[in-house]
Amino acid sequence: MKILYFAWVRQKVGRAEEAVAPPPEVTTVAALVDWLAAQSPGHADAFANRRTIRCAVNQDFATPDHPVAAGDEIAFFPPVTGG
Amino acid sequence: MATVRVQEAAFDLAAESALLAAGRTDIGGMASFVGLCRADDGLAALTLEHYPGMTERAIAAIAAQAEARWPLTGCTVIHRVGRLPPGEPIVLVLTASSHRAAALESCAFLIDWLKTRAPFWKREEFADGRERWVEAKAEDDAAASRWEAR
Repeated sequence: MKILYFAWVRQKVGRAEEAVAPPPEVTTVAALVDWLAAQSPGHADAFANRRTIRCAVNQDFATPDHPVAAGDEIAFFPPVTGG
Repeated sequence: MATVRVQEAAFDLAAESALLAAGRTDIGGMASFVGLCRADDGLAALTLEHYPGMTERAIAAIAAQAEARWPLTGCTVIHRVGRLPPGEPIVLVLTASSHRAAALESCAFLIDWLKTRAPFWKREEFADGRERWVEAKAEDDAAASRWEAR
């Protein structure tokens, strides 16, 4: 699956995107966050406070229980501040 | 069908208004909102980041909601990205309808929902070199939620 990071999540992780292949038990956004947070100190820092992170799966906003699968485009970012 | 654009370049309110009105005689009123970059606390510039693809989709979905709730004859939303110094326009919302209430209400709805549902992020850059990401505001959530019971 393709992971995208925006704003301070991108800065903390240290990259804008990456391709990942988590183990088969990673079937939800919440499980993916747990798995990603263990990938590097930067990832751990970015996901330290889960309440401040928003997610989109295939470009639609998604909640922690939303399913994820190989081939999905999954983005993590702070609450939006446009307008 | 709304016109939605995300761009670095400035926009021209008069030109966009003329486009919505061109060739029509059924428009009774147009409403517009222009958001500007405000110089708070020594702000040197805002840099706006977005999620290419999702941002345009999200704005189009919000505009479709507006068109479902009010009888609009036209709707244009233009949001800028990149580095914008104080005084620069950031966002344009323009609505047209047979009657003013629909134009005014849908314009307010669009900017309220855009602020809380379209993926943009603002980074502030100050004259002394400090930088920080703008945090989401509770009052923006409150403004957006007032449209939910309707």
